[in-house]
Formats: sequence, structure tokens, C-alpha cells
Amino acid sequence: MTRFNPTRRRLLAAGAASAGALILPGLTVPARAAGLAPTPTMRGGANNYRPGAPIVERIGGGGFLMSGTVRRAGDGAPIAGARIQIWAHTTEGHERDWHSHGATLTDADGVFRMDMPQIVPAFGQAHGHLAYDSDGFETVFLRPVMARSSDTALEAHFVLKPA
Amino acid sequence: MAANSPLLAWRDPIYIAGGFAGIAALALLLLQPLLVAGLLPGAPRAIGRKIHLWSGLLLVVSVVLHVAGLWATSPPDVTDALLFRSPTPFAVWGVLAMWAVFGAAVLGLGRKRLALPPRIWRIAHAALVTVVVVGSVLHAVQIEGAMGSVTKLILCGAAVLALGAAFLRLRSWAAFQARTASGRRS
Repeated sequence: MTRFNPTRRRLLAAGAASAGALILPGLTVPARAAGLAPTPTMRGGANNYRPGAPIVERIGGGGFLMSGTVRRAGDGAPIAGARIQIWAHTTEGHERDWHSHGATLTDADGVFRMDMPQIVPAFGQAHGHLAYDSDGFETVFLRPVMARSSDTALEAHFVLKPA
Repeated sequence: MAANSPLLAWRDPIYIAGGFAGIAALALLLLQPLLVAGLLPGAPRAIGRKIHLWSGLLLVVSVVLHVAGLWATSPPDVTDALLFRSPTPFAVWGVLAMWAVFGAAVLGLGRKRLALPPRIWRIAHAALVTVVVVGSVLHAVQIEGAMGSVTKLILCGAAVLALGAAFLRLRSWAAFQARTASGRRS
């Protein structure tokens, strides 16, 4: 037979632990209420990045749509005029080729759209690269992967943290 | 099959060569166990083992050309893979298999010079080539590349079966049994 015979120290520790369990959720909820978390840079996102690619109407001949939104961390307000740079391995060139790169600006709703050549699988996955690399907010590199390489559109969304 | 892939039209020659070096390496993975175990018609074990050495070197060269071709195409992607920080789930398996194949080759070349006890040598070589085959298969099947997915699965399955068949034929597990009076060491 074992008897419940706690020492004073054990009772205090158990009491503190249960109090912590009650208080901790209360501490974490306000953090969530603080709002939209910034998008972290993805692994490999900056690969073959060429700083300062020009703003273009479309990249190459077009036919594939890269689109997305840019919002501010916290309140989620859309950011207008944000410069987003886009590149990928497409039917018209490798990621490292200058002509595979182009940039565009978001509209008043924080939406960007870029007409570009069809993305094809490279290094084992059909994927694109996007960068936010201007002043005002911290730099973010994204590397979204297409669900199917036959897709003709890809989306990527930015939530930026003020620099 | 791979030579007809539409992806090739959108790739530089060096990228294509790098990809095909990988396919050659996968094909050699199928050949290696069959050779050393004398399971190929016309190549009994004595001859097969000699060819095994040379095709093993060819396998190492293929792997080096594979990595070099990809590196020339996109240095940062290959650097990420070699440092185990690639975003793709298959790169880590390829890099593991690469180091294991280098290790197995060093054992193969240094069999006399290393002067390891034969039992230890067999266990080490068998363990490394198991990592090579398993790693390469996990690497290859997750990749969307020039190979057709059916031919790739067949080749990968065949490589695994060939490894198993060679272990059976060579009674590789005997090395794990403490000094049995086995006269069938190869």
C-alpha cells in the first residue's frame, strides 16, 4: 500500500504548476489577438536572386499568372505600391538568367499580378521565387511550390513587418 | 524515356548532362549488386567482382558529374543541399547517399591497405551500400525530373531487389554471426 504523503516542498511545487497551467493560456491568447504574424522567409527563397530587377509589364511572352497580396503585420492593412520581384525556371529560361526576372507593384488593395512564362520543374520541383526587398519593411523571400506542374497560375502572399 | 522528356527543351546542356549523370548512377546501382554476387548471366562471381570495382568507380564519377552539373546550373541550390538546408525533401537523401557511396568506394579501393578484419569490412560495406540504395531511391522517387515516373519506379524497385538478392546470395548476414565456421565467405 502506498499512501499519499506529500512533503511541503512537493505540495508547493504542485500548486505552482497548476497555477501556471491556469495562467499560461491567459498569457498566450493576447499574443494571438495582437494580429497577423509576419511571413517568414522560406528556405531557398533567395536562391538566384538578382537585386534590382526592373519593373516590367510582363516577363517574356507571358501565359502563366503569378499573383498574391501584400499586407502589413499586425492589423493586416493592404500595402499599396509595394515592389515585388519575381523569378523562376520557365519555358523561356533558367532562374539565373536576367530575362527570367521582373518586378511589379501592388495596387491600392495590396494585390500584385505578373504575367510570366510557364514555370517548369527545376531541381525536382515546379516552383517560383518572390522577393519583397524595398525600404520600409523587412526583406522577405518566398519560394512557393506548385501543386501540379501543369498548373498555369501560382499564388504567394506577403505579410510584412515594418523595418 | 528520359531523353524524350519535354523538360529537356527548357534546359541547358550542362543541366541535362547533370540530370542524366544521376540516371546513370541509378542504373549502376542496379548493376553493382548483380555483378558482385555473380547474378548476371555471363558474369560469374570471379569476373563480376572485377567489373564491380570498375563500375563502382564509374558510379562515383557519375555522382560527381551529377552534383557538378547541378552546381553549374544553380550554385545556391546545390550549396543548400550539401549543407542539409535545402527546402526540398529529397535533397537530403541524395546527399546522404552521396557520402555513403564515397565511403563504400573508399572501402572498396582500400580493402588491402585498410587491413580491416574481413568481417568488419563486409559489415561496413554492406551497411554503406544499403544507405546508398535506400537514400538514392528516396531521392529519385520524390523528384519531378526528366525520367518517366513509371520507368523510375521500376528502376528503383529493381535496384532494391538486386541489393536484397546479392545479400541473400552472398549470405551477408553471416558477417554478423560471431565467427561461425562458415566456409562460404566471398
